[in-house]
Parts: sequence; C-alpha cells; structure tokens
Amino acid sequence: MIIELLTQIIFWAFVILTVGSAIVVVFSKRIIYSAFALLFTLFGVAGLYVFLAADFLAASQLLVYVGGILTLIIFGVFLTTKLHGMSIPEQTHQRYLAIIPVAGIIAILFYVFFSVDWFAHASAAEPTTKDLGKLLLTTYLVPFEVASVLLLAALIGAMRLARPREEDQDD
Amino acid sequence: MIISLNHYLVLAAFLFCIGIAGVLTRKNAIIILASIELMLNAVNLTFVAFARHWGDVTGQVFVFFSMVVAAAEVAVGLAIIVVLFRHKESINIDEVNLLKW
Repeated sequence: MIIELLTQIIFWAFVILTVGSAIVVVFSKRIIYSAFALLFTLFGVAGLYVFLAADFLAASQLLVYVGGILTLIIFGVFLTTKLHGMSIPEQTHQRYLAIIPVAGIIAILFYVFFSVDWFAHASAAEPTTKDLGKLLLTTYLVPFEVASVLLLAALIGAMRLARPREEDQDD
Repeated sequence: MIISLNHYLVLAAFLFCIGIAGVLTRKNAIIILASIELMLNAVNLTFVAFARHWGDVTGQVFVFFSMVVAAAEVAVGLAIIVVLFRHKESINIDEVNLLKW
C-alpha cells in the first residue's frame, strides 16, 4: 500500500517535471533558460521510461539526449549568440493564430485516444533489455546496421557543413 | 487510482502540442529544433507506453531507431544553424529567405 502510494507520488512528480519544463522550453524569453529546461524535460521522459519497464531506453535516453543532443544544443546557443554588442530580443510571432492548430491537434489526439478501445494485455513489469537485444540482432539487424551508416553520414555531413570554407581559412 | 495507458497517452499528447506551439510561435531556430525534440520525445513515449501495454518489445525497438535519427537530425540541424549564423549574423528564421522566391 505504502509502495503504491510512493509510486504514484514519484510518477506525478515526473509528469509535472516533464510538462512544466517543456512549457519553459517553449515559452521562456531567454534562450539559455530554454536550453537548460530541455534537460529536465528529457530527464523526466527518461524517468517515465523506467515506469514503463523500458530500462535500456531510459539509459539511452540519458546518454543520447541528455549527454549528446542537449550538449550540442547548448553549444549551438553559445555559438550563435552575440556575446559582444546588443543581444537580440527573443521574439515570438503568430501567438494567437497558433492556438487554432494546437487545439485542433489536441482535440483529434484526445478523440482517438478515448474513442478506441485499446484492449489490455496484462503483463508483469520486468526489464526488457534482453528481449530488446535479441530483437535488434535478429529481426531488426538490417535497420540496426543502416542506422550506424546513417550516423556516420550525419557525422561527416555535420563536420563538412560546420567547417569554415577553405578560402576563409587562407586569410 | 492505477497508472494506466491513458495517463501516458494524455501526457504525450500535451507534450506533443507544447512542441507544436513552440515550432509555430518561436523565431529562434535553436528553440524550434528543441521543440521538434519535444515532439519526438512525445511520440517515443507513446510507443513505449503501447509496448508496455501490449507486452511487446517491438515498440521499444522503434524508439531506439527514432533516437538514432533524432541524434543525426540534431547534429546536421545545428551544423546548418551555425553556418547560417556565420552568413547572416542571425538565426531568426524570418530573416532566412534564401530559398524563398
């Protein structure tokens, strides 16, 4: 009983952390606050993966998103903000027009979620890392290899793009 | 009250819509990229919730691949943003009209 209550409390804490920091990411006036709020959103989603018995994905969420993507985004913020001179005020546009598509999409999603009867398939909450590894190296072996090629291509492409041009380097 | 599938679905729907709001309203290209990450995370959460609900790990495999694609996307996207900043001294997307006619 006490464990159930504790689980509930931790679950709702993760939910509030995720949604609250997601709102900060989108609506914060200062870009660096947005970047750091994204850390808490990604961390909250990793916590929810643990609740869903996806422990391997929770670990990779922390490694890939918090360790990799977030670092990249913070570097991007630093590289594209003028440290000298005036800072550009963060602007928003179409603030009221955007309500229409957002409300429409949330209405459609809620309609689908609550009108369809997702038949339950009760199963014990046990770690799925073993099954995931088996699937990745048998059924999904080809996509797994293609993913590594994609990562290599993205790595080379990003380096080639972000490098200064040769004529700029000469002077 | 037991934490059911619907809890995760509603949470993911909200997260997705926050991401859409960010893409539609913000002008800074990096925030737009972060909002896209929010949307990807919302969809991943839905996948994992259904994988748990049906006791099938295939949904988690999909999330694994979408994480790979997200990492590649962010690396290339930020490279483009850095190059853009070098050219235009700004990453305000309203000023990016190279491909507009």
